[in-house]
Amino acid sequence: MKSEQPKHEGAPVSARLGIWAFLATELLLFGALFTVYAVYRTVYPDLFHQEHLKLNRLLGALNTILLLTSSLSMAVGIAAIRRGRQQVLKIALVLTLLLAAGFLGIKYLEWSEDFSHGLLPKSNLFFGLYFMMTGLHGLHVIFGMLVMAWLLVCANRGQFSADYNTPVEVTGLYWHFVDLVWIYLFPLLYLVG
Amino acid sequence: MPAYRNYVVVWVVLLLLTAVTVGVSFLSLGLWNAAVALGIASLKAVLVALYFMHLRHEVKLVLGFATFPLLILGLIIFGTLTDFLYR
Repeated sequence: MKSEQPKHEGAPVSARLGIWAFLATELLLFGALFTVYAVYRTVYPDLFHQEHLKLNRLLGALNTILLLTSSLSMAVGIAAIRRGRQQVLKIALVLTLLLAAGFLGIKYLEWSEDFSHGLLPKSNLFFGLYFMMTGLHGLHVIFGMLVMAWLLVCANRGQFSADYNTPVEVTGLYWHFVDLVWIYLFPLLYLVG
Repeated sequence: MPAYRNYVVVWVVLLLLTAVTVGVSFLSLGLWNAAVALGIASLKAVLVALYFMHLRHEVKLVLGFATFPLLILGLIIFGTLTDFLYR
């Protein structure tokens, strides 16, 4: 084991450029919603403050922990396959999938509770934004899970190795981006409203 | 296994920052609540980008692709907000 990691191990530059270009479009997709949030939060600070107290802060924090941990398992999976450890990659992918499913499960509980209290997207500006932003983010989680399930199938066939693991790394970058979006959604919606 | 260990250290720091930001949210600091929450979120985002997304070891071209959209987003938010507030 080398003490210093080589500078550009892993996927070719073209693949990394491609996924980062895609993530740029994703950033602007979510960015539009963040802009709407910034405007209405400035125009109606009292409404946002009063409505954000209706969200469950602890469930939001728990979901943050789940997503951060899923990012860790994804990163570990990539580090493992770069060393040719297929078994560790498979375990890491399964863990990431389970954590992502846990995230969606908690999201489901939160939404059901909101609905049962009569909090709907049409209730007010804050909840409209809350459902839109967490909904779009949830769709991204589901899409990430589908891709990871496909990665798991490929990994089971032994398609990834220390020499070839570009799909794993590219999916990892996407997954960390989904984590990044949540890192901002959590404080904006649950903590400061 | 230095790489695994780095990831775990970053993960622990991320969890600690989450605990801090949740804790601070129960205090009443007025405008500082939003500032602290956004500051901690940005610190977490930088950690994820540098370590989990490997930007620490990235070539300049990809680094440019990764950071330039943030400038665009900043312009959009800044422009829209100033338009709304000083119309």
